Formats: sequence, structure tokens, C-alpha cells
Amino acid sequence: MSVETEIRFRLNGREVCLKVPATMKTLAMLRDKLGMTGTKYACGEGECGACTIKVDGKTVNSCLMYAVDCDGRELVTVEGLRAPDGLHPVQQAFVDHGAVQCGFCTPGMIVQAHYLLENNPGLTREEAQRGLEGNLCRCTGYTKVLDAVEAVAGKGACAGGKGACLGGRAPDAA
Amino acid sequence: MEKTTAASSPAKQTLIGQRIKKPDAPDKATGKTRYINDMVLPQMLFGKVLFAGRPHARIVRLDTTAAEKLPGVHAVLTGKDAAGLKFGFVRDNVALKDKVRCEHDEIAAVAAETEDIARRALELIEVEYEDLPGVFTPEAGAKEGAPLIHENFPGNKSLHFEIQHGDLAAAEAGSDLIVDNVFRPHHVTHCCMGTSCAIADFDHNGKLTIWTQTQYPYNYKMDLAPALGINPGDIRVIQPPVGGAFGSKLDVYPYEPIAALLAKKTGRPVKVMYSREEEFKASPTRQAAIIHMRTGCTRDGTLTFRAADVLLDNGAYTSWGPTIPVIMMRTVSGHYRVPVVDFKAQAIYTNNPYAGSFRGYGNVQTTYATAQQMDMLADMVDMDPLAFHLKNAQKSGEVTPQKSFLRECALTECLQTAAEASDYSRKRKEYAALREQPGRYKKGIGLASSIHNAGGAKIHKSDGIGTILKMDDYARVTVITGASEIGQGIDAVITLIVAEELGVPLEHVTIVNNDSDIAPWDVGVHASRTTFIAGNGTRRAARKAKEQILRAAEKMLGEPAQGLALRGGSVVRDRDGAALIKLDRLLRQMHFQPEPELVMVTDYYEPKSEPEGAKHISDHSAAYSHAVHIAEITVDTLTGEITVDKVTVAQDVGRVINRMGLEGQIEGGIAIGLGYALSENMRIENGMLRNPGFRDYKLITAPEMPPLDLHFIESDCAEGPYGAKGISELPTIVIAPAIANALYNATGVRIFNPPMSPETVARAIHEKRQATTQAA
Repeated sequence: MSVETEIRFRLNGREVCLKVPATMKTLAMLRDKLGMTGTKYACGEGECGACTIKVDGKTVNSCLMYAVDCDGRELVTVEGLRAPDGLHPVQQAFVDHGAVQCGFCTPGMIVQAHYLLENNPGLTREEAQRGLEGNLCRCTGYTKVLDAVEAVAGKGACAGGKGACLGGRAPDAA
Repeated sequence: MEKTTAASSPAKQTLIGQRIKKPDAPDKATGKTRYINDMVLPQMLFGKVLFAGRPHARIVRLDTTAAEKLPGVHAVLTGKDAAGLKFGFVRDNVALKDKVRCEHDEIAAVAAETEDIARRALELIEVEYEDLPGVFTPEAGAKEGAPLIHENFPGNKSLHFEIQHGDLAAAEAGSDLIVDNVFRPHHVTHCCMGTSCAIADFDHNGKLTIWTQTQYPYNYKMDLAPALGINPGDIRVIQPPVGGAFGSKLDVYPYEPIAALLAKKTGRPVKVMYSREEEFKASPTRQAAIIHMRTGCTRDGTLTFRAADVLLDNGAYTSWGPTIPVIMMRTVSGHYRVPVVDFKAQAIYTNNPYAGSFRGYGNVQTTYATAQQMDMLADMVDMDPLAFHLKNAQKSGEVTPQKSFLRECALTECLQTAAEASDYSRKRKEYAALREQPGRYKKGIGLASSIHNAGGAKIHKSDGIGTILKMDDYARVTVITGASEIGQGIDAVITLIVAEELGVPLEHVTIVNNDSDIAPWDVGVHASRTTFIAGNGTRRAARKAKEQILRAAEKMLGEPAQGLALRGGSVVRDRDGAALIKLDRLLRQMHFQPEPELVMVTDYYEPKSEPEGAKHISDHSAAYSHAVHIAEITVDTLTGEITVDKVTVAQDVGRVINRMGLEGQIEGGIAIGLGYALSENMRIENGMLRNPGFRDYKLITAPEMPPLDLHFIESDCAEGPYGAKGISELPTIVIAPAIANALYNATGVRIFNPPMSPETVARAIHEKRQATTQAA
């Protein structure tokens, strides 16, 4: 059996402490150990973006990151993107603009869109296209995804803890 | 006391054509939705499959002893555990094989406490193979003396289809011009973002519950049962949310009976879920084919005949792929007015991966040929392709040689709308004139169209749907329907129709459509049928409920029922809009009165279409529809790269129901078609898939998606719900030939073997230049 290592990190604003095998990927830890199934497995080799999460403010493919490397870090998954009154503005925009069909790529797509808007609040459609290049979708043809991102851009919805967004912190931790 | 006045009553507003949000979108956007891939049941074991990893072989020795002894392993199954349990369209498949016929043949399966243990157990299974010579193209398979893949299918012959109409020899003789080409559409695969997954569990009465991604839950039971040797009635199908389907889940694939056989053996629930690599190798493909097509016309541009001789790469087993000629022939006979038709298709077994159904269902391949030949003939008779298409376009009321009755035909409107919106004719001339000028980048514009069934397709004995609609004491509506939701948005359509008919808020409608023990029968999500069929079923059920409610209101209020309507959650008087009683209050009064009644109605809707029949001469769909795509592209003649700058779409949708869902289906359908046209290609060498991952199998990404200019033509289909037609496959069908025709406009080259990858296009341009230089 592989050796297990104890790690501590913050997940969506809450402290987490658990033991993980050295070979375990962050995606498997989230899904199989913590029951956080919002983050999806779709390729396991960093090609599709369905498992996108934020680690210390940057998006990563959680299928490529070892779980032990989460130690001491701040993780945000799709479940951590919330607004006090329900859906985060990015999530709401995806709903309102028809950017969700089967929805399997949606969590990764939303985390990536949130990251892009956080770092470039006035994001243009072309910048959003480039920024979402690593997130594959088989249903929507991306058009409505880009409509959703465009609708939120320029509204300060993802400016850290300042706007309507809680920047990944659970409401009770804000 | 509720006081209502005419002034305060809600005005009559229709929801038809509005933009309705998908009811399941908030949960999907927050990660709350529990897909089948996310599911874990108590006591659940993990199943893993050992694939052959070679295309054609005899199994000489198989030893599972070490695997069985591994702690945590609960069962190991091999071919002998599935012996005789044949399933599939022609009963040529079994869940676990005793002979290898393709790379992904399932040789053994393990159920263990963790996925990791199951994987290690597979490594402990010893198999010795004796490789056999293989067959990797349908031509090779059809040759005399070719290695036989199934002993009971001589000549490697699988399904055969043909139709003839009119005198072909006379039509050929009467043609001034004939185009004659061989097209070789390639293998692609669905790439659902959620990989294939099934969870099976038997109870002690021998009844199987299977959680599956299927998009046809009722016939699925019929197809799964023989693979297990049980009665279809003993199968309960539960459909959790799925990560896409696109036709891939219209059949039973071996991992599903494998999960069930493992569950039976262990007495515990067993989950089998594919990795992406397994998904690429072991899930169905779009059918590869060799299409020899000839089309003729007279000098004035009138079509005289179309003939197609098709050889299909069946792959190792017969799923729905080899049945696509049923649709292929409708395109050959119905894509524009062709008086004489000759169609033959033969599927030949090979040791390649086998094909299932995939959005577009044979029409993707056929239209790639027909729509290019239309463009070629227009060029040969020196006509603007638009004029050539218009000359041969059918009108409402025409009947095709196969007896497809085009009741409401909007092909002419589609052609004119798309051409006008894109300034097609002017640009085409301009780009053609620049074709031979110097310059690395060339612009092109291409027009293509197609026809598809838009009111279901009666390939089964019924094309119907059952619906149950009930209302509770709070005026909340539950629709229990056979219509499956696979991401396409029937949930929004059903919600919209119920709200339209019963005047309740959208959020007061709940849909139950994921359990075959609860919901009534339906054929399945295929043939662009669900909005049409389930839309009609829902509307009929809602109208029955409305009648019952208004009858009760008449009794209670003393107002004649025919003067009453349901709007804004109340019974209103149509004449002045006065709200007379709140709907929930009325329902409670109906329920608790001395002669109590519940609002609970059932409906079975069968569309007015004819069974396909063995001769294929029938009006098999309740509606047909057309779409026209005009693609504008830039070609880098040095690298062969095609950039799609814009696509103009005009599609006959009958009537817009949910505008947002309709747009989404067309956009998404085009994205799949773009991948087919430009980049997606399963590289299968001697039966082995060489690119089983997204790194080397290129889907369209966000930056490659062109701007779309969508035009919806509303032909108002008499049989459709509110006039609507089915819409979801045409977008995938038409885009590739539109690009191919644009490529010709830009460069003068034609690609008969898609995809139009940079390598293929660059080579074609280079060869054309060489030929021109040599000729000069």
C-alpha cells in the first residue's frame, strides 16, 4: 500500500485536514475522499478543463495536481462560488444565457470564467474565447458560454471579495 | 374573500417563442447535480473490463486464478459466463467474448472493492492469443477469400439496403451532365464529456435495477434482456443526469450487461465507468463509408437522377451504425427534386471499432456528397449555385420518390433568406475571380442544404409517447413523461408548454422522466423527434387537464366553460379577462367536494406517420424540414488551415418554441459538425485506434467557433406542437459540405475524404498547382 500523508488546506473557505496517498490526484481527493462531486472527471490528462479548480487564486486542472501538493493552500471549487443570495453572478449568467446543456463541462467552465473575470474585469469576447480555450464543451458550441461571460464582464462581479462575489469563501466565512 | 377585477387580471400572453431557462441549469451551474458518474451506492463494487488490445485473434488460454485470489476482488467473469447470451441488432454480440474481433473486445471483467484493486486484478489475468489475419476496410472484407469475422455471416456481409425509383438508364441517357465521385467519410466519435457509465443491482426477486445513460429507456430493456437471459419486464431503468449522449446511448453496449452480470454474481451493486481512453476505444463511432455517388442534370440545370452505391464499414459488430442507410436513402431521394433514384448500401464486417448512431444519423455522410455534387453541377452548367438550388427546390405539397410528403416545405425561403443575409451570390463571384490571383490567404463562400425528418421517424412499430399529468392541491403540475432529458432541453420545452396551456408559473412544473417503472413508454431521444413528439404529448395532456378544470369551474362558478381560460394562476373569463378563482383554490374545492375528483390525466400520442417498412416507400415522418448553411472561410494556402469566419443559417423550424434552447441546439450542432469537417478523425491503423485522447483527437474549442447568423423560418407545421418541427440534427449535417463548397470557391480544390484538415487541404492545393503547372 502506498504511504499516506496528512495534509491541511482551505477548501471553499473551510479548513480541511485529511490523509491522502502520495499517488492520489487532487481531483480524486475532492470527488472520492471529500464527496465534492461538482468538479468533474472527463479526461484525466489536463486536456478538457472539466476538473478546473482554483488553487491560491490560479486555475489548475485538478486531475494533474497531486493531492499532497494541496497542503497549506487555498482551494476553490465550483461549490465555493456563491453569492449571499444564491448563485454567483457568473453562475446566474450561465443559467440566464442558456450556457448550460448537459452541464458536465459547466463547473470547470464557470471556475475558469470566474478566474478570467477576476483578473480582467473588463474581459472582451475575444479574450474570453482565448481564456476558455482549454475548456471543452460538446453541447453548446461555446456561443452561449461566451454570451454569459460577456454579460458579466465590466460589472465587477468577480473582483475578489469586493463585488457581489465572495471570491470563493463560504458566506459564513466571509 | 378574493376580489378580482378585469383591470387587475393578467393579460393574455403567449410563452411560445420566448426564451426559457433550463430548469436544471442552476444545479448544474453550482456543481449540485449528481450525474451518474458521481453516484456511489452503499456496498457498491467497482467493475473493470479487460480489453483485448488486438483486432482479431483466437483466445488460446485464459487464466483468472491469480486475479480471483487478490483480496478485495469479488468476482471475475470471462466469455464462458456470457456464453450464448447474444444481443445486438442482428444478435452478433455478447458481453464477454470467446474470440477477439476488434481492439476493444471485452475478454474479462472484475468486480472489486475499489477501482484500484479491480485494475490490479486485471493485470493478474493471463491471456494467450493467437492472432488472426484481419480485415480493416470494407473493400478488403468484401473480397472473396477474406478472413471471416463471424462464422454465420458469409462474405462478411452485414445489413443491406436498396431502393430504386424510375428508369436509371433512361435518366442517364437523358442527362447532359453527370458528376461521378467517390466520397470517403471518416470515423469520428461522440466524445460525451461524461464518460460511459452504468450501475447495476439485482434484488432477490431477480429484478434488475440499472442506472444508465440510455436515451431510449423502454426499448433499452428489450435490447438489454437477451444479453442477460432475463425478461425485459424484470428490468427497471433509472436515468440520472448524463454528460451528453448525441446518439451514443441509443443501443446497449457491452459494459452495461457486464455491470449487470457482475452485480448478479456478487449480489451487490456494481458500477462500471470508462476512463477517457477506454471511452475513445470502446464507445461507438459515426459510421465510416465509401459513397460512390452520381448525379445528373440537363443543360438548363434540371436534376435528372441521383445514384449512390454505398459500402459501409460495419466494424466488428452490428449496432445502429449499419442501419443509417434508412436515412441516407431519404437524402439521396429527397434532397431536391430528383425524379429517378437508385440507392444501394452494403455493410461489411471489419475488425475496426463498430459504429452506433450519432446525431445526423447517416445524413452527415450523405449530405457531404449530395451537397457538393449540387455545387459541382451548378458550376458545370454555369449557374449561380443559388439559382441552381432554387430551380430544383421542392415546394409544399410535393412528395419524394420514397413518399416523404413535404406538407410544409420552406426550402426556397431558407435558400433565399440565407443567400440574402450573407450576400452570397456577389461574394461567390468575387472570390472565384480572385482564386487564381497571387496571395497566400484566400476567401471562400459556400452554400449547402439538406433535408431531414422533423416529426420523428417510424422505424419502430410505434413512434409514440406516453404522458401522465397531475396537479396537486397547490396547483403544482407534475408531468410524468417518457421523454428523456440528455442535455438537449426537453425539460424547458415541456415546462413551457404546460405553463402556456395551464397558465401556471414555469417554476410550478416538475418533470419526472427518469424511471421506467414510473414514466410511460416512449421510443427515445432520436430522429430530432422529442420536441415534436413529447411536445404534442404534453400539450394534449395539458389540454385534457384544462378541460377537466374548466368543467369543474363551470359547475362551481356558473360560467360556461367555453368562455373560461387559465391564466396567471387563475380561472379567468375570456371576455373581459376577469380572474374568477385562484387555480389552487379551485383544485382544492374539486378535491374535497362531496363528489371529489383529482386532476390526473393520461395521454398516448402516436404521430400520423407510416411505418418505414421493408421496401422503404412510406411517409415515415410526421414532418420534414430543411436547413441552409452558408459558410464564409479564409484558407491559408500554404498550411492548408481553414478558418471559418462566419456561418449564416436559415432553418425551417416550423415554429419557435423555446428560442434559447433552439439557438443552443443549432450552435451546438454546428460545433459537432465543424469538428467533423475540420479536425476530428479517429486514426485507426490495422484496427487499432492511435489517438484515444483529446490531445490528438481535436474537438472544436471556443476560439474556433465562428460567429453565427441564425434565421428561423416558421413554416407552421400542421401536425407539430404550435406548428413546431424537430430541429436538432440538421445543424450537424449541413455545415461540413458548406465549408467544402467554400473551400472550392476559395481554392478550386475539393476534399472527398474528410476531415478537411490542414494536411489534407495543403496537399490538395499543392497537387492542383502541380497539375496546373504541368498542363501549362
